[in-house]
Amino acid sequence: MSLLIKGASVLGAEPTDVYVDGGVIREIGTVSATADEVVAASGLVLLPGLVDLHTHLRQPGREDAETVASGAAAAAAGGYTAVLAMANTSPVTDTAEAAVSVWELGREAGLADVFPVGAVTKGLAGEELAELALMNRSRAGVTVFSDDGRCVSDPRVMRRALEYVKAFGGVISQHSQDPSLAPYGSACCHEGELSGRLGLPGWPGVAEEVIVARDVMLARHTGSRVHVAHASTAGTVEVLRWAKAQAEKDGSWAVTAEVTPHHLLLTTDLLAGYDPTFKVNPPLRPAEDVEALRAALADGTIDAVATDHAPHARQDKEHAFVDAAFGMLGLEEALSVVSTVMVSSGLLDWAGVARVMSTTPARIAGLEGHGRPVAVGEPANLALVDPAATYVVDRDRSLSLSRNNPWHDRKLTGRVVSTYLRGKQTYAG
Amino acid sequence: MTRHLLSIDDVSAEEIQQLFATAAEMHDVQKREVKKLPALRGRTVINLFFEDSTRTRSSFEIAGKWLSADVINLSAKGSSASKGESLRDTVLTVTAMGVDGLVMRHSASGAAHQVAGWLDIPVINAGDGMHEHPTQALLDGYTLQRQLGGPGSLEGKRIAIVGDLTHSRVFRSNVKSLSKLGASVVAVAPPTLMPSGVAEWAKADGFATSYTLDDVLPEVDAVMMLRVQRERMSGGYFPTSREYTVGYGLTRQRLALLREGVPILHPGPMNRGLEISPEAADAASSRILDQVSAGVAIRMSVLYHLLAGEESA
Repeated sequence: MSLLIKGASVLGAEPTDVYVDGGVIREIGTVSATADEVVAASGLVLLPGLVDLHTHLRQPGREDAETVASGAAAAAAGGYTAVLAMANTSPVTDTAEAAVSVWELGREAGLADVFPVGAVTKGLAGEELAELALMNRSRAGVTVFSDDGRCVSDPRVMRRALEYVKAFGGVISQHSQDPSLAPYGSACCHEGELSGRLGLPGWPGVAEEVIVARDVMLARHTGSRVHVAHASTAGTVEVLRWAKAQAEKDGSWAVTAEVTPHHLLLTTDLLAGYDPTFKVNPPLRPAEDVEALRAALADGTIDAVATDHAPHARQDKEHAFVDAAFGMLGLEEALSVVSTVMVSSGLLDWAGVARVMSTTPARIAGLEGHGRPVAVGEPANLALVDPAATYVVDRDRSLSLSRNNPWHDRKLTGRVVSTYLRGKQTYAG
Repeated sequence: MTRHLLSIDDVSAEEIQQLFATAAEMHDVQKREVKKLPALRGRTVINLFFEDSTRTRSSFEIAGKWLSADVINLSAKGSSASKGESLRDTVLTVTAMGVDGLVMRHSASGAAHQVAGWLDIPVINAGDGMHEHPTQALLDGYTLQRQLGGPGSLEGKRIAIVGDLTHSRVFRSNVKSLSKLGASVVAVAPPTLMPSGVAEWAKADGFATSYTLDDVLPEVDAVMMLRVQRERMSGGYFPTSREYTVGYGLTRQRLALLREGVPILHPGPMNRGLEISPEAADAASSRILDQVSAGVAIRMSVLYHLLAGEESA
């Protein structure tokens, strides 16, 4: 099966043709060969397939909210060719068998490569290390470990985890939330004037920042790799900036960080109506934090955009705000949000988008077949984007099984029109 | 007024005075031998309480019954989430039985607001978590206005609200209602019991804050003590009860700082000896039992305005 993409702008550069055969890019330039499928891509931008470091696929355990297959379909619709599925399923992905099971479900679906994230601790309990090395050695080849949804709050456990994964080049992705300062479950709104007025239990930014600060010191001490999941505050950005400078100087350890599309655009004032669609962990923050996160993504202090795609069945959101589930959808609109926020404003060009949504996430996760340059000999994992398309999001058109979409009725610019996984079209918009 | 009463934001100063005027008429019913008005005959009101409450539930029940409504009390203790049913399903089920109005208390802030979005009958917020308790604020304002000389008498008055502000829906509603009635509020609490962001909030809404009760008491025209909600505290808000009382309790000694006859209010239930001394609770200037009595009148007024409809007014 051969594919010819004609007149696409690779990473925003001059238009060219891209010829794919056997799942590999064979030729770039003015291509005269014919192909089984020819795509007219004038005016479209061609990116490497996106890589999401932070996806919740809910299988096993909550297949009513999402399955690996439905999540992979949503991922493909968002331009993703690889997603890392978080471990907080039921049962938790804390064994090699559980990890392989998720990985196989992804292979069966065939819409995106699904790489399981392993739990750091057994049952996400924060006490005993899970079988990290066995998960890594399994066919699933787990490289990223996270108790996401909960913080590895015991510094001794975090230290051991960081030390242990050094043996096989793993990385600990931390959900930074000091549960003493921001209790799990109850703390549900950025702590500030609005939470005071609404009478909602506050989730202060410092509850994130103290963990980020502690973890970078532990990473430095152990010479290991820590990844900060869903950074949400300006204070975290300051800590990261310092930590990255130190890590570069030392050369023996590394800190990386991700930001979600929703933390790049939405602000805490959306909670004024108590709509649980906007309840997420960490919570939406004030505009000054959003500005700091955008700047940090632009200057590289924050390395990657990750969706924290968190599907929930309708009944899990139809509770009083404090009782409703945390989380919002993200896979299908992530590229559009980044385009709207970062590209339209000039903070990032398309090469920058490729860096933060594909190349760097793949490097952080150690994925060899993804995040590669759009170049001859590389796997044809590609996303074709219409940078000028403007549309209003309709949550009922989602491929996810859930509808907790924070972008519903919002106008976005820039849209994925096709996704290819090893040359095979997985989404056609 | 709007179709629901979810927050003091739902009523203007003029509407508050209308509610007070109706409440004054309703108040007189309490003195009658036969305490019954026909205004809500044939109407059914459900008191749906997800959180324990004796006085507020009883007050709404009496108010409804004196207006001849059929009042059903339903206790739904614990969150619907813990039972597996969504809040939406719970209230849709309960109100599908031909109910004309819903009085709802819930431990979660915003619950009444959310429920109002799912129903097409009037919803009255009888307290939602740490957010609002609008009928309590109305009965407090009504009590104070009667005490201080009738409509307009709160204009320019200084009212202290003292105690556990962080956890208090009474505070959040009263700071709005008293401001609408022309009073200036000074909120007094230790820093740990001030709501987050209170400085910006106070600046925007025009009230004052203080950590020092002794400085405030001599200058106020009324003092409203709040219950220390120990059940909402996971610890560490203040070192000991003794230290709290010394700093923020309306003690026998502090009574002397108040000007003669300054009304003392408390929404109850009281922690005697903690936030309020027996001498203050039982003082001649205490209006605490008047608040309870006014509560029925205010709730009759609210039910009447929301449920009786224009044709009955």
